[in-house]
Amino acid sequence: MIVERKPLNLAERLYIPAVANGFKVTWRHFKRTLFEGRTAAGDTAGGFHPEVPWRVGEGYRGAPYLVRDQDGATKCVSCQLCEFVCPPKAIRITPPGPDGAPADRRNAEKMPREFEINMLRCIFCGYCQEVCPEEAIFLQRDYSLSGTSRAEMIYDKEKLLALGGAHAGLRKWKQKEDEARAQEAFPPAAS
Amino acid sequence: MDWQFLAFSLAKILVVFAVVMTMVAYAVLVERKVSAFIQDRVGPNRANPFFARYIPYLGMKLVRWGIFQPMADALKAILKEDYTPAHVRKVYFWIAPALAMVPALLTLAVIPFGSQLGAQKMVIADLDVGVLYTFGIVSLGVYGIVLAGYAANSKYPFLGGIRSSAQMISYEIAMGLSVIPVFLLVGSLNLSDVIGAQSGSLLAWHVFKQPVAFFVFLVAAFAETNRLPFDLPEAETELVGGYHTEYSSMKFALFFLGEYAAMISVSAMMVTLFFGGWTLPFLGLDQPAQSLWVGLLHILIFFLKLCVLLVGIIWVRWMLPRFRYDQLMDLGWRRFIPVALANIVVTAGVLAMMHR
Amino acid sequence: MAPSAETIRIKIDGRELDVPKLMPDWQGKLQPTTMLQACRLAGVEVPHYCYHPRLPVAGNCRMCLVEFGTPMVGPDRKPVLAEDGSPKIARSVLPYEPGTPRGAIACATPISPGMEIYPNSAATRQMREAVLESLLINHPLDCPVCDQAGECKLQEYSVEHGQAASTFVETKVHKPKAVDLGPRIMLDDERCVLCTRCIRFTRDLVGDDRLGIVNRGSYNSIAAYPGSRFENNYTLNTVDLCPVGALTSKDFRFQMRVWFLKETKSVCPSCATGCNITIWSREGRIHRYTPRDNDAVNASWMCDQGRLNFRWVARADRLTEVRVARDGAPLQRTTGPSALQEAVARLGRVPKGALALVASARLATEELWLLRRLAAHFEAVTDVVDRPGTGDALLVSADKNPNLNGARLTGIAADAPGSRLAAIAQGISAGRIRALIVFGEDVTRHGIGAELLAKLDTLVVCDLFESETARRAQVVLPGAAPAEKRGTFVNTKGRVQRFWKAFDAPGDARPELEWLQDWVAAQTGAPVPATVEGVFDEMARGLPAMAGMSWAKLGDLGLPLIPPAAAAEGSKP
Ligand code: SF4
Ligand code: SF4
Ligand code: SF4
Ligand code: SF4
Ligand code: FES
Repeated sequence: MIVERKPLNLAERLYIPAVANGFKVTWRHFKRTLFEGRTAAGDTAGGFHPEVPWRVGEGYRGAPYLVRDQDGATKCVSCQLCEFVCPPKAIRITPPGPDGAPADRRNAEKMPREFEINMLRCIFCGYCQEVCPEEAIFLQRDYSLSGTSRAEMIYDKEKLLALGGAHAGLRKWKQKEDEARAQEAFPPAAS
Repeated sequence: MDWQFLAFSLAKILVVFAVVMTMVAYAVLVERKVSAFIQDRVGPNRANPFFARYIPYLGMKLVRWGIFQPMADALKAILKEDYTPAHVRKVYFWIAPALAMVPALLTLAVIPFGSQLGAQKMVIADLDVGVLYTFGIVSLGVYGIVLAGYAANSKYPFLGGIRSSAQMISYEIAMGLSVIPVFLLVGSLNLSDVIGAQSGSLLAWHVFKQPVAFFVFLVAAFAETNRLPFDLPEAETELVGGYHTEYSSMKFALFFLGEYAAMISVSAMMVTLFFGGWTLPFLGLDQPAQSLWVGLLHILIFFLKLCVLLVGIIWVRWMLPRFRYDQLMDLGWRRFIPVALANIVVTAGVLAMMHR
Repeated sequence: MAPSAETIRIKIDGRELDVPKLMPDWQGKLQPTTMLQACRLAGVEVPHYCYHPRLPVAGNCRMCLVEFGTPMVGPDRKPVLAEDGSPKIARSVLPYEPGTPRGAIACATPISPGMEIYPNSAATRQMREAVLESLLINHPLDCPVCDQAGECKLQEYSVEHGQAASTFVETKVHKPKAVDLGPRIMLDDERCVLCTRCIRFTRDLVGDDRLGIVNRGSYNSIAAYPGSRFENNYTLNTVDLCPVGALTSKDFRFQMRVWFLKETKSVCPSCATGCNITIWSREGRIHRYTPRDNDAVNASWMCDQGRLNFRWVARADRLTEVRVARDGAPLQRTTGPSALQEAVARLGRVPKGALALVASARLATEELWLLRRLAAHFEAVTDVVDRPGTGDALLVSADKNPNLNGARLTGIAADAPGSRLAAIAQGISAGRIRALIVFGEDVTRHGIGAELLAKLDTLVVCDLFESETARRAQVVLPGAAPAEKRGTFVNTKGRVQRFWKAFDAPGDARPELEWLQDWVAAQTGAPVPATVEGVFDEMARGLPAMAGMSWAKLGDLGLPLIPPAAAAEGSKP
């Protein structure tokens, strides 16, 4: 859709109506909070943050965690796209290398040896989730992460998987394997 | 120069400094509270020093109003690690915060904040060229920011520094030109004379006599103090923090205080130039005080006018979005400077006709 | 061989240009110019899989199909002219379906006079799309686990020329994955596009006809001859050749995605051939070498053994500390300047002729040049350690030192390299030689035993690794691997080739050249150029074989030395 830009008329160009409207809106909110005692947190959660935790909505994008598939296997295949796309370079992946442990689910050839997200760097932008070809990383509902040292804020693979839980999605590699099994033997038997 | 003059001046400086610093601290609190209310939040309401609960009745109310927050802020600024990144140019990096803070305070020296207490005029330095002094000092303010941007030796501060130098230099011109009609009317550069010229009736206030000048001055004041809608030098969303990105702890606090001190000084300037200073056009409050009480009342009047303007400036920050850089420049050079010039010509013309 | 001077005028994308009639083929023989070569000359890239300039043309992938036209010829065998007098062009069409354009494979179709090629026409684009679609029919789309991702021609062409979504609804044929083809090669049959580059390379270039295609139709797959393994010394070149992720290196497999790797131009230090290579590194760690094109040395290839020989750079026993033993105390860590001071002071007390220098022929030529200046100052005996091995007829040289020619040129090496080592050993045992400088070798393993080293007054060692020699030295300077510095090697054919720095040396280690610059200046009192460029240019002025060379002129591909006869000629007044 293309929104046409209309030329501004004189009043708009003088900026006065905009200022007046701005004042109207801000005054309305100011008045409501100051004199009626209503606040966003009070209206939605019924209290304020540390005492009454903020209830985030569905689809909220908080800290990114790794997920397992419905069979409990690591979904991530260590493709390192998220590491590449992450703007603040919060993700650090150690690929398995030729002699690393094979993936813990069948038929996928690879999983990360180590997967770290530095939560002090992460800006919850969601690029990693968007770029992941395996639906292995999701921004979840945690928004208040704290720790007492920098090292503690670097979440490793174990921790990310434990926090991430399971995600029931397409089982791409299993489907491939089933498909291959259903086919005739390779190479096809000479008749 | 006799010792009496020295002693009184020193006392005035100390009092003004103390009052201004307290005002700065509480302006920050007001800013946070106003912004919170406008955004449906409650703002700072947790700073709870051990003695608060011994204050009968009021204690907890004060806590909820965040009255102790500035103390916590100050403590935090002082106790934070004062970090100097390895790549900065150290000397300039250390000088810059002070350079940003000092000019804002120096301008206050010529502002008459009251008529007189006893025989003492309530102005630190009653200069005959008061307003020239002010503009001279105000133009020093840019150095703190430019140096900070340069010394930090990294990209965002650098961009912030460049923006601010361009912005401050441009708007200084508009600001300087905008007040010339006021002085044409008054016929003196002494700020006390300016106040004297606004006594008599409400309509004598320059804001009514010279609305165009006031408007240009107001906008230029926003630009000169780097406040929204013209806070491009520090535009958080684009430049992280602009010129003070690399600063922490007390050095950062100096920039922060400097910004609010600058707000106070331009507000004081505006009160003096356009809102009749310490006068009120009723009950004879527009003549220099004869008694101690009236003298104090004058100071209070000045203070209240100042507060109203401050809250106005703060409110604008939460009301208007930031201008784009090219719009800012366009506005300064192609709108305000011509308007201010035209205003000078018209005012001078009218005055010439009247005095023919 | 240069292309022929005779040219043909053709039109590419509406642009007229003259291209040579004949161009060298993969063996360098002149053959009629193909449409693909002509397009390259015109700066138009025609996508292709099976074509490779250094392999025989096979023409089996059809990716390079382009629409073209030829001048129309009338029944009278004369060109048909349009109204404006220009020759009329007949676009190629299917003979039985005149409305349908018929493409030709650009890699194998020679150009003819007046021909017009349309590498960007709608028909050409449609043909590419169709070819890609058919190549992807059974392709597994493994990109997340495929090592080729990021440098895969199938990915690139799919983005540029392919369709956004697959229309294939049937199940794909699944072929064997992770097939162990040889000791260094892993094959994924599903990803193969059957371009036969790998087959042609090993058959026609290496002469080890080991690979072939087995099974038919959709079941076509690459395999090694039954019962044998694909294990010659050039197998890893097929990994570079393979346009997709079918052949992967077991060594590099799952190590690091290529988009994280920094490419640095370098020269392989494993033998005297000096194959041009690219070092792929990330954060100070080498992940792989790949050959870099240089027709004068290695074309596009390198041997497996040299390619995999890089792990030593990160060995745990690298020297990372500057150490000095003062007044009989054991070696202790110190700073670079104080170590050099100690070395200068100690050697300053050595009488002329009482010093020997053993350098490695694995040092850069500039370093050997400065060592030469140091040796001349002391009138020292110098030599290198010879490393004979076995070579082959293709690339591998029998000389395992990358820079023996550089050592010869600078006069560090004896005419028979290593022949003076015995004399040095004798000199030490006879007490004639009181001090020894060793650069980059463990001399205890080359005839100058530990008991001899104990007799010396002063032993200064600059090396990469802990060694018996370094343990007995009074001054130890940690050096840098070729990947950690800049410099030149002179290969066995006398070509001077530059290599670049990929990352910093670990700890206190510095390139030998940097140690030498400070050291030589302090020891001899004569000025030393402050940069690699400066040292090279000084050397080029000093050596007739390098007359007229400069660091800048070497470029990426290097320059040949001037043969001795010509050099003697040139130095005559
Ligand atoms: S959410 Fe953004 S910043 Fe955080 S790990 Fe993902 S890509 Fe990085
Ligand atoms: S993008 Fe997904 S599959 Fe790839 S490394 Fe990140 S989490 Fe793993
Ligand atoms: S060969 Fe290319 S397209 Fe196929 S899986 Fe590998 S990277 Fe992807
Ligand atoms: S393995 Fe690679 S090089 Fe060999 S035929 Fe298949 S795609 Fe081509
Ligand atoms: S490149 Fe021409 S058919 Fe393969």
